[in-house]
Order: sequence, then C-alpha cells, then structure tokens
Amino acid sequence: MLESLPIEALYGGILIGLSAALLLAFNGRIAGISGILYNLLFNNLNNYDRGWRLAFLIGLFVGGYMLLPTDFALREGYSNILLILSGLAVGIGTRIGNGCTSGHGVCGIGLLAGRSIVATIVFMAAGIATVTIMRLSGLIG
Amino acid sequence: MNRIVIALISGILFGAGLVLSQMVNPQKVQGFLDLFGNWDPSLVLVMGGAVAVTLVSSRFILKRKTPIFADRFYMALKTNIDARLILGAVLFGTGWGLSGYCPGPGLINAMINPSEAIVFIPALIIGGWIGQKYSA
Repeated sequence: MLESLPIEALYGGILIGLSAALLLAFNGRIAGISGILYNLLFNNLNNYDRGWRLAFLIGLFVGGYMLLPTDFALREGYSNILLILSGLAVGIGTRIGNGCTSGHGVCGIGLLAGRSIVATIVFMAAGIATVTIMRLSGLIG
Repeated sequence: MNRIVIALISGILFGAGLVLSQMVNPQKVQGFLDLFGNWDPSLVLVMGGAVAVTLVSSRFILKRKTPIFADRFYMALKTNIDARLILGAVLFGTGWGLSGYCPGPGLINAMINPSEAIVFIPALIIGGWIGQKYSA
C-alpha cells in the first residue's frame, strides 16, 4: 500500500490548494472549474469577468502541458457510451449542484461551507457506489 | 490586468497540480473510488494536501476586508442544503465514477488522451448546458 502513496500526489494537492488560495486572496474568487467553465460558456459576462475565467482555463492547460508527458499507461478501448453518460452526468450535476471537486471539494471545504461539505460527502459516496457497481458487474477491471 | 495575471497563474498552478498528482489519470481515480475493491489511497493525499492549504489560508485571507486586487470576496450566496444540491452531487459523483473524469482532469485530457477527451468534453459541455436550463 505504501508504494502506492507517491509523494507527488501530496505535492500536486498542495499546488491545487495554492492555486485556490491565490485566486481567493488576490481576486476574491473561487477556483471552481465547473463554475468557471460554464459561466464563461453560457452566461453574458463583461470583459473582465470573461477575461479572468479565460485566463484561468488557458493557465490550466499551460500548467498541465508543462508537466507532460505523463508516465502512466493510457486507457484504451474504454466505452464511448460510458464516456458520454459520464460527461452528461458530470455536466448536469455540477451545474445544478453549483460545483465539482474543486469548487466544493477544495475551496468550499477550506471555507468550511456547509453546502460544500455535504456535496463532497455525497459526490464521493456516489462515485464509490458507481465504481463498486461497475466492478461487480464487470464493466471495469 | 493584475487580476488577469493572477487568474492565469492560478490556472497554471491548478493544471500542474492535477497532472503532478495524477488526478488526470482516470484509472487511478477509479481505483481511488474503488474503496471496497483494490483501493488506491494515493488520491487522499491530493485532496488532503489541497484542503490543508485552503483550510489554513482561508482563515488568513478572510481576515482582510477585501481581496488584494478586487472590491469584495465573491462567495457562494446560497447557504441552505436543498434537493438541488444533493441531486447535483449524486449526478456528479455518478458521472465521476463512470469515467474517472471530473471537469478539470477531463479538460486536460485533451492533451493526454484525446481519443477519450473528444467524446467526454462535448458531453460535459452539453450536460452543463442542460443543467443551466434547470438552474435557478
């Protein structure tokens, strides 16, 4: 079990926490990726509100790109049906629930927001239930 | 302009953190969610590290009356736990388990595993659009 606890996971988590702290301290904004993405795509925003969200998302790709290539084996042959159902459920769920892993799980819990603590417990439980059912039914290894 | 630069740097840190921590590896995420099977606990460190930083930093940040470059803190207005929050979290968690992608890692996978991202990202955007229609 210990060899599957790479220190990079902790460093990565700290970077994510610093990202959220920076955005809150300087701009007063929550680093919630679903909210940033959907507000940018679907809401009429002024130039500044569009600009910072676009800058954040560009940064997300730049920061990820800086650490590529990854050394893990890519998944191949995964079901497109599962990917589509997943994308739809994640999109609908994060929009009506006002947040995802970042907004609720990282920022909201850090702020001790009751809604975020509840949402995180619920989405973790739903994720665990889903993966358990998928494994038991042979959909994943 | 200052705030745009901050947002860019914040995004860079976030993207780097997601790749460094392997949150962008959907098989690892599914292993993390497989609590009753062959559980991979390493992503506990990701959430733990991130939340440790936000828990501590938020205490200091919110002592200020305003953010350094903005006129106020833009916090979520809602505080009540309603059915929409629970339903949304159930749907999100289910979707997260189905693929191993939450929104950030799903987007970054356009550069890692584009054959999955080209299917997942449009569905993610359509899902958000549907959710938006049912948002208060």
